[in-house]
Amino acid sequence: MDYFVQQLINGLTLGSIYGLIAIGYTMVYGIIGMVNFAHGDVFMLAAFIALILFLLLTQLLGIGSLGLALLIVLVLGMALTSLWGWVIERLAYRPLRGSFRLAPMISAIGMSIFLSNFVQVVQGPNNKTLEPILSNVINLPIGNGSATLAEKQLLIMVVTAVLLGVLWYVVRHTPLGRAQRACEQDRKMASLLGVDVDRTISITFIMGAALASVAGLLWMTYYGVVSFSDGFVPGVKAFTAAVLGGIGSLPGAVLGGLLIGLIETFWSAYFTIDYKDVAAFSILAIVLIFLPSGLLGRPDVEKV
Amino acid sequence: MASAGAALKKAFFAAFVTFGLAFPIVALRTDANLSNQLVLTERWPLAFGLAGIALFGTLLLEMLGPAIRARTASKTAPSTAPPHPFLAYLPRLGLLLLLAFPFIATGIAAAGGPGVLKVMDNYGIQILIYVLLGWGLNIAVGLAGLLDLGYVAFYAVGAYSSALLAKTFGLSFWITLPLAGILAAFWGLLVGLPVLRLRGDYLAIVTLAFAEIVRLVLINWVPVTGGYAGISSIPKPSVLGYSLGSEPTGLAATLGLPRITFMYYLLLALALFTYWVTTRLRTLPVGRAWEAMREDEIACRSLGINTFKTKLSALAAGAFFGGLAGAFFATHQGFISPKSFEFMESAIIVAIVVLGGLGSMLGVAIAATVMIGGTELLRELDVLKAVFGGDFDPAQYRMLLFGLAMVMLMVWRPKGLIATREPTVRLTPEPRRGAPAAVAAE
Repeated sequence: MDYFVQQLINGLTLGSIYGLIAIGYTMVYGIIGMVNFAHGDVFMLAAFIALILFLLLTQLLGIGSLGLALLIVLVLGMALTSLWGWVIERLAYRPLRGSFRLAPMISAIGMSIFLSNFVQVVQGPNNKTLEPILSNVINLPIGNGSATLAEKQLLIMVVTAVLLGVLWYVVRHTPLGRAQRACEQDRKMASLLGVDVDRTISITFIMGAALASVAGLLWMTYYGVVSFSDGFVPGVKAFTAAVLGGIGSLPGAVLGGLLIGLIETFWSAYFTIDYKDVAAFSILAIVLIFLPSGLLGRPDVEKV
Repeated sequence: MASAGAALKKAFFAAFVTFGLAFPIVALRTDANLSNQLVLTERWPLAFGLAGIALFGTLLLEMLGPAIRARTASKTAPSTAPPHPFLAYLPRLGLLLLLAFPFIATGIAAAGGPGVLKVMDNYGIQILIYVLLGWGLNIAVGLAGLLDLGYVAFYAVGAYSSALLAKTFGLSFWITLPLAGILAAFWGLLVGLPVLRLRGDYLAIVTLAFAEIVRLVLINWVPVTGGYAGISSIPKPSVLGYSLGSEPTGLAATLGLPRITFMYYLLLALALFTYWVTTRLRTLPVGRAWEAMREDEIACRSLGINTFKTKLSALAAGAFFGGLAGAFFATHQGFISPKSFEFMESAIIVAIVVLGGLGSMLGVAIAATVMIGGTELLRELDVLKAVFGGDFDPAQYRMLLFGLAMVMLMVWRPKGLIATREPTVRLTPEPRRGAPAAVAAE
């Protein structure tokens, strides 16, 4: 039982990170119907930015308080990653709007290749390992054993929950969120009614990148190691999460993220760790085949 | 000039943004020191340099802007004009060049370039493999409009099945080659059966997931595939007891030709076979159904075409040629490992097909030559070393530039290099170049 609870905690932690990345996929897909292939690499880039900022603050500027350092990294990292998200959308995707279906996707694949190789060139190909931070654990007695909840796991879950609350409020109750939902339903109609569609799409990319930035910081805190090739697999898994939850649906993305995190963790814990990625990818295929609109998505109606 | 101020403002904005992008990731490099701690190296000049480039680049663009815009406007106007007459001769010219390539390579080597084997391997065989893969994938993506992001899986299936068949049962290459194709096509059917009901983007993701699953199985199923170590000493093809491979006793070495000459011609033959089959298939009902489906799936269905079977056949036909390419790759390298079948390969092949202009065989060949040849050429550019200092390694920038080229080519020509599409069947004779043979089919 204690083993089970321990895996549950680990799975939820991992799932929170996937959920944060998945929101970026699901929002962009919802609004312009494009799989933003480079999103996983934006996440990787964000992890690097977080790592560098953290080192900058603690080593060069000598900020002693860990909490303060992490808070500055969070805010500054979000701003800088959002800038990347905005520039990528502006240069690589906006010129292709209204072009044929595959064009933005190919551009996104090119962007993904560019980003991972860019980071490899400027930061070097080695894994970057940071000493563990926030590793103190809280013991939770369960039955006659106990499970541990590390401070960083708690941080990850709390930060994810808070951000999701903020995002939910923005999308549901602000003019910006209304514009986003309008563009999602019908871009042409929205622009006729005075919504600045280009700006709304830009902001969607920025929001996705900001959440990916938080995911990158949390990933860096949790694993303490990043490499330039870390964008692809978490990216595909987060996309799987978005599809599993129903692409275009925000709660779906989070639910999907948590499920993927749990499935992956339990698979590694009870079966074999070698095939944990196979499990995640198989789920993607199975979900798409049997439940193409996902758990919380709206069924896709084909209009002629 | 009234716009000078605006241009300057724009340029400073671009410089500011560039600096923001470069600030943490370029200006500060993380490295592990001796005690394995991460330390930062400051590289501010680099970040400011990039911002400066952005500043002057934007200024230049702003000044030349009107001229460029005028030119691109005339270019992007829908062209109904027949393709440039040069394009009609390009395939023949290309074929001639390909046939003569071993001799050209000998010439390049004799003129003081890199060794003849290196030229043939890095340019000839490398490019042709991608041409072959591009033409194979072109059937699924270019003709039928099915975005397959996991094409490398079929390449891997072909390579591993031909290697395993040859090593386990001692079958000759001439038997394992078609078997590899058939097995790959079979896998194409297997993937296609469940997923072809999905929409385009979903199909892309599922095929990607499938390719990752194949790669993970290749890594983890050690008793059969050898895991990361892969399979080595895969036998070379032979004709009448003479090996076509590069060993000193091989046919090419005996005849005094560059050692991989016959492997090169074998690959060329495979590529031409693919070309021939594809052009034939296009005029058959199934090929026309593929192209019709690419244009409008709903119209297709309402005309009584079984789109499911049509999609399945396109996926399987594409996979077949991927399998052939894999079999060739295995025997040519003599060694295969999961490292050769990563997602990046799929992305490169898709990029070649799309950049070439979906469906254009010639475009695919040109795109493969430019993208693969160009990035290979980067390895050779020692000139850059002299400019940027001794530890500058141009090969490092290969994939970086590849990605950038993909984005820029897409933005510049979203329809690919050769966007004019020759219809397979015409109802009225073609106005200028006249191809009466194509009309009779109806």
